Amino acid sequence: MSTLDKRMTAAEIVGRLSSGMTLGIGGWGPRRKPMALVREILRSDLKDLTIVSYGGPDVGMLCAAGKVKKLVFAFVSLDAIPLEPWFRKAREAGAIEVLELDEGMFQWGLKAAAFQLPFLPTRVGLGTDLVELGGLRTVQSPYDDGEVMVAMPALKLDAALIHVQRCDHRGNVQALGPDTYYDEWFAKAADQCFVSAEELVPAMEDAYPEDARANLFERCFVTGVTEAKGGAHPTSLPPDYGWDMGWFKKYAAAAKDPGDWASVAAQFVGASEAEYLASVGGMEAVGALPLPVF
Amino acid sequence: MATLAELCIAAVAEAFRTDRELVGTGIGPIPRLGVGLAKLTHSPGLMMTDGEAFLVEQPVPIGPRAYDDRKAAGYLPFSRFFDSAVWSGRRHAMVTPTQVDRFGQTNLSALGGTHAQPKTQMLGARGFPGNGIYHANSMFIPAHGPRVFVAGEVDRVSSPGYNPARRIAGGNYSAIDLKRIVTNLCVMDFGGPDNAIRVISLHPGVTFAEVEAATGFPLIDAVAGETPLPTDEQLAIIDRLDPHGIRHSVLAENPPAIRSAS
Repeated sequence: MSTLDKRMTAAEIVGRLSSGMTLGIGGWGPRRKPMALVREILRSDLKDLTIVSYGGPDVGMLCAAGKVKKLVFAFVSLDAIPLEPWFRKAREAGAIEVLELDEGMFQWGLKAAAFQLPFLPTRVGLGTDLVELGGLRTVQSPYDDGEVMVAMPALKLDAALIHVQRCDHRGNVQALGPDTYYDEWFAKAADQCFVSAEELVPAMEDAYPEDARANLFERCFVTGVTEAKGGAHPTSLPPDYGWDMGWFKKYAAAAKDPGDWASVAAQFVGASEAEYLASVGGMEAVGALPLPVF
Repeated sequence: MATLAELCIAAVAEAFRTDRELVGTGIGPIPRLGVGLAKLTHSPGLMMTDGEAFLVEQPVPIGPRAYDDRKAAGYLPFSRFFDSAVWSGRRHAMVTPTQVDRFGQTNLSALGGTHAQPKTQMLGARGFPGNGIYHANSMFIPAHGPRVFVAGEVDRVSSPGYNPARRIAGGNYSAIDLKRIVTNLCVMDFGGPDNAIRVISLHPGVTFAEVEAATGFPLIDAVAGETPLPTDEQLAIIDRLDPHGIRHSVLAENPPAIRSAS
């Protein structure tokens, strides 16, 4: 009988993935990204990945490292630095395939996958280049209105990666903060969902029962859990910490000079998570990063 | 004396005039200040966010502030933005696309090259396709010129407009509602035949010929007068919503609202 103990190391989680997979990455731009798991992928041999992401530095770094075969996206941005420089380089070199979507279509595709449907209809995309460039098809309402809509295909994920504040050994998550974006739907659209957490506790009902409403999705959607303090760094994880603007500036500058990922990867990824965290000043420094205001 | 940026903010506020309760989104300092000004004067039904996840009844001043300065009255995170604001049609957004064509189609995706290898990759379509098909939209263009207002079509159509060649039989385009384009030269709308773009007011000292020369497609002259200067009451509100004076850095050389005679 299963013990429901879903604890794994980050390396064990990445060991469950394989080249050619379709991976969904939670968060939004430079916010609440599962960066510790992304860094672990960057330390691995994985390649030819299809990445599905509301993109931030996760996408930029995976593109820069040559891990990406295809990207499904609506934007890639660091917010305060609007154009993600490494993503931009990859695109302008013609190095990756893309499926460009609208932000709303994107979550609609995750929902179609979550509901085990082939597609969901929407008006979004009509009158734009997305439909033809993306090879999207239309569907006609079978009712009297006869409306023709875009059939947004399910964005079925082999695996999803998500970072939250708290998780227990069985996969009961608590995602705090003002916005959890579409993390719930990444989890539900995936065959396997791996969660990193700032704090791993044995039993959520003993540790934080008062915050059960922060249980963003049920543990049946969670395959593996790991503790990763500062696991969203350099992206933000309100209310715990803001994004690291100094880090973003160095990372963006490196895209121009030297412009070569191999020579800067060690600085931005680290040989291990412990080394990475130490290199950015440890949790003391990460925890002091001011929350961004908009 | 008022600056051109402040005149534009007042023109943005006018573009957002409404009797409805809907989310007003202004992306960038001038659009956002204009929405706040509209909300605090003639259009109290407008709803605004703190730019993160919370609805506020007092527009949040732009620029540096303490995180908890904003007072949340409601909640509208990205995780329910499409359900509540976009796909319900309860929103009017003003954005600054990189290109706009005569049909009101915009481009935020990429310039030149091919889809597989663009010459210049930009943000991506973001929410533009959904915004355009579902709710009212306006634009703010800080440097009116032919590279923004392009001849022909935009390089990539990120948001739909009134182009008949882009419509398929049976599609529902009834919610496409392009309101105003506020630029550093003039205010335009889509009130011409087949929604053609018209100039409806010129900023003080600007001529229609100057606007025409800075635009890659023909414009209709429907100028009813000068774009109004902001009132003292409006200027006081703008100053309160922009305590750091960020508006002064949006337009090149921060010109006055009335061009000098020289």
